[in-house]
Amino acid sequence: MSTVVRVNPIACDGSGLCAELLPERIRLDEWGYPIVDPRPLTPELRGHAERAVAACPTLALLLQKETTTRGT
Amino acid sequence: MSSASAAVAPEAGLPRLFAGVRRDGLPLGLGAHAATHGPLPSPRGLIELVTAGGLRGRGGGGFPAGRKLAAVAGARRRPVVVANGAEGEPVSFKDKLLLRRAPHLVLDGAALAAAAVGAREVVVALDRSAGEEIGVVSAALDERRDRGLSWRLAVVPTGFVTGEETALLSALVGRDPKPTFTPPRPFERGLRGAPTLVQNVETLAHVALIARHGPDWFRALGTRQEPGSALFTVFGAVARPGVYEAAFGTPIRALVEQAGGVRGSAGAFLIGGFFGSWVDPAAAQGLSVLDADLARAGAALGAGAVVVLPAAACGLDQSARVARYLAEESAGQCGPCVHGLAALAGALETLASGHGDSRRDALRWLEQVRGRGACRHPDGAARFVESSLEVFAGEVELHLQGRCSGRRGEFIPTGRSR
Repeated sequence: MSTVVRVNPIACDGSGLCAELLPERIRLDEWGYPIVDPRPLTPELRGHAERAVAACPTLALLLQKETTTRGT
Repeated sequence: MSSASAAVAPEAGLPRLFAGVRRDGLPLGLGAHAATHGPLPSPRGLIELVTAGGLRGRGGGGFPAGRKLAAVAGARRRPVVVANGAEGEPVSFKDKLLLRRAPHLVLDGAALAAAAVGAREVVVALDRSAGEEIGVVSAALDERRDRGLSWRLAVVPTGFVTGEETALLSALVGRDPKPTFTPPRPFERGLRGAPTLVQNVETLAHVALIARHGPDWFRALGTRQEPGSALFTVFGAVARPGVYEAAFGTPIRALVEQAGGVRGSAGAFLIGGFFGSWVDPAAAQGLSVLDADLARAGAALGAGAVVVLPAAACGLDQSARVARYLAEESAGQCGPCVHGLAALAGALETLASGHGDSRRDALRWLEQVRGRGACRHPDGAARFVESSLEVFAGEVELHLQGRCSGRRGEFIPTGRSR
């Protein structure tokens, strides 16, 4: 069981805060929307990821526990 | 569409779904339906039969029907069944034609699926473009006496994404027909929170036949991996555009022959509809309607639409039109889909008009839209644009020199008049 970052693209309005707080897993596309690296979070990144989730103004960022399948 | 015809296929073992349909185009009434297919069988063991038959969803996604049934049957709450007849793709008519000719086969499948998963409510969902079918299904429902089952016919707005499961469920409760973020998937929490089996109408018709004849009968056509038969909309530059029934594995050439053959000469084949891929005529000759086969050409069957583009049409111009349509049909919810599809359509339009070389931009944008939506709309549109750039690469070069090998105009309908 591992944890990945996931974006709800419907809720996301491209504030870009997540990419600032978690650049190890999130970069922005040309329009300012987050492109998420699907690799599991390492323990060191966990706190940064939680802060990014809390900072999202539209609550569009979430942490998802993964077993084998990757959500899209 | 009026020219759609339920032709008798030359293959042995067909027609299945169109067995016994009337030559005058009227629907099979309940009596004639029962005389053709036999009475409604018991739902006992249905999920196992459908799973053993290897039936996959015919709405475009191809998800194994047995697994979906089992997932809904295993839910804690009483489930609901939705027969999905929202067919928003401008080049697909097979669901509408099936409902118009053999409505009770679809309704049998829905009733059996409901009994198998323990549902007492079935919603038959059609979109507004299905004018005639709404009347046919309504009359068919009046004929039926399914014990312990309540039917509802729901008419939802027409749109390319309306048939997407979660968008359809939104429409059914009066919200905009737009996809929702998943999970939860409909089988977990769907209509009014109930576990919901959303199944394409053609899929349900196959369920009705598997329940009667068994999985071995179903597997007598098709291949081991892709068993059975399906309905295909054959459209464009063919003598008799329409809906045809064929086994999986039928050569594209034979399917097009059923539709009277290519009218004039073909410029390209669009296989799998607007989420599909262009294939050049020479390559299409060696392909069959089988995903395993089409994958070699980068194509997939989707909901089974095959469009023949006449050689006289400019493929690049057609592609730009379809790409613009797909951009406009975005539900408008997800940033990468809204911006990315508009950018991609613009890139194809720039190439088509000879105003510049936008190929590098297009390739970069393709990478930025795939997998970035709440639904698969951006992925399907990206597949289409990518294949346009590949198959019409020569045409792009011509346009960059200010020339064009064909004509412009709407050879492929995009339904913008709706």
